[in-house]
Amino acid sequence: MTWVASVDPLFAHGVTWVVALIVAIKVLAGFSMLMGGVILMIWFERKAISDMQSRIGPQRWGPFGLLQTLADGLKLILKEDLVPAQADRFVFKLAPYLVLLPALVTFAIIPIGGTLTIAGHPVMLQVVNPPMGILVMLAMSGISVYGVMLAGWASGSKYPMLSSVRASAQMISYEAALGMTIVTIVLATGSLSLHNIVASQAGGVWHWNIIRLGVVPFVVFIIAITAELNRPPFDVVEAESELVGGFHTEYSSFRFAIFFLAEYMNTITMSAIIVTLFLGGPAGWIPNVSHLRFLFPIAWFLVKTVGFAFCYIWFRASLPRFRYDQLMDLGWKRLIPLSLGWMLIVAGFLVARGWGFIMAAAVVLAWTFLSRAFELGQSRESGPDSVLPVVGERPLPGARLRSMTNDEEEK
Amino acid sequence: MIAGAYAVPSVLIFVTCVVLILVGAVGVITVKNPVHAALSLILTLLGVAVAFVAQSADFLAAVQIIVYAGAIVVLFLFVIMFLGVDTRRHVEIEPLVGQRAFAAVGVVVTVGGLITLMAKSHWVSGALSVSNGGQPIATGQGNVQQLGTAVFTTYLFAFEATAALLIIAVVGAVLLARRERAVASEDVGS
Repeated sequence: MTWVASVDPLFAHGVTWVVALIVAIKVLAGFSMLMGGVILMIWFERKAISDMQSRIGPQRWGPFGLLQTLADGLKLILKEDLVPAQADRFVFKLAPYLVLLPALVTFAIIPIGGTLTIAGHPVMLQVVNPPMGILVMLAMSGISVYGVMLAGWASGSKYPMLSSVRASAQMISYEAALGMTIVTIVLATGSLSLHNIVASQAGGVWHWNIIRLGVVPFVVFIIAITAELNRPPFDVVEAESELVGGFHTEYSSFRFAIFFLAEYMNTITMSAIIVTLFLGGPAGWIPNVSHLRFLFPIAWFLVKTVGFAFCYIWFRASLPRFRYDQLMDLGWKRLIPLSLGWMLIVAGFLVARGWGFIMAAAVVLAWTFLSRAFELGQSRESGPDSVLPVVGERPLPGARLRSMTNDEEEK
Repeated sequence: MIAGAYAVPSVLIFVTCVVLILVGAVGVITVKNPVHAALSLILTLLGVAVAFVAQSADFLAAVQIIVYAGAIVVLFLFVIMFLGVDTRRHVEIEPLVGQRAFAAVGVVVTVGGLITLMAKSHWVSGALSVSNGGQPIATGQGNVQQLGTAVFTTYLFAFEATAALLIIAVVGAVLLARRERAVASEDVGS
């Protein structure tokens, strides 16, 4: 248990009941922050989208409709709980919790402020600071794939099944690009722990990873994480026009509420992760006051996180959904090579300036080869004959129908 | 002996891991439904990850979940779902002749080997000689740094060779799976 003390100074002098109490309070505070955040986030999303679409949005319950989410949640819980006859009952009931659990765990590793001193104990404003740090996030996003995948499979129904196949393919594809950008950050920081990642970005805006690493990893990360969240424009998993409701079509009542809750928890958590990795987390200007100085980092953190949460809402309101093959193209042919190449360049510059330029040249060369390869591969078709060509390259039903009727007329 | 040598929390953690691992492992071979078997496998992998954390191997624990639970079992499930082998089929005929006999021999050899190993070694780590008297071999850098240094200096050749092997395997798989077909662009409008 020595490693615990090395990452969190709270445990340096053994575990007394005060320390246990502080940990319990931290866990409760993190949990209630996330839950409260979800309620506000759902309200914020509905209000913001309403504004963008010239509607009013929720307004009945509470001031500005703030309590609408609570009312909806209560309504959902009181609804009848259905399990389809074709469903695999155990997995069907297990799946929502497999989505909820990673959403809760990931938030626990995010530092939301500096270090306080309570009753003589240094307390980091972070529920836990595991030595594997950011890898916990990757592991948890790996686990949350199961929730979506098994929910679709266990429903015993066609559209949820299609959705779960899409979900697993999409989340695994984008995890690669996500991992590469995280490697870039870890290279520059020299540590996996989120506390150290934040600490290494201290000292002004110019030290934030978004600028220090060039803007490319940030852009790749935000695209990949939106795909990982299955949020628009990457929401092919629950595309209403194609798949009814996606993997949670057959879910009702509280289990549906859990899926909904987990989705919004993930949105908040991922906004917070972006802030932590690229925007210095709680870093920001602190006025010269004698008391309550610890509140300012928390405020900065919240402001930045809300900014990114708003970005997700903005994406949803303004961008059309990707087609499935476009989504896969973007993931495999653009983001993965880009993040890999940028990682090499950053690694080169970390060694020496000369190596950086050599790496940049190598990446440009590789990129030329790759784009030539894509060009050559474009006109080739592969796979068994039963596979239909990609949507954009095959005639639409209308054109086909027209050609058939034309034929009829000629005869 | 156990209570004397180890603190109660670590024994509790160890027992929890063992229960997770064993229940999962038994589940994989006894459950009829392939998807449930895959889920049991995840339980085992999680148990192993917890055991790694208890042994201060944080990086291994994270990688265990990311790679095995997060990618490989997802792939298994993907195949099971796509091929639709989740219908319960009673296999009465053995696919391989004499596989039960071979399995029995395999089990005896493995269990026997494990028991001999455990009788002669440290009962938790399985090491024949515990070099540091049961203490973790720490240099004060933290587990991840130590592992990284070892992989990129002492074991660099093995590491790079594994990487090359994996790339070759992927390229080979793509080549085998890829089947060119004649471009049928003429019949589009006809």
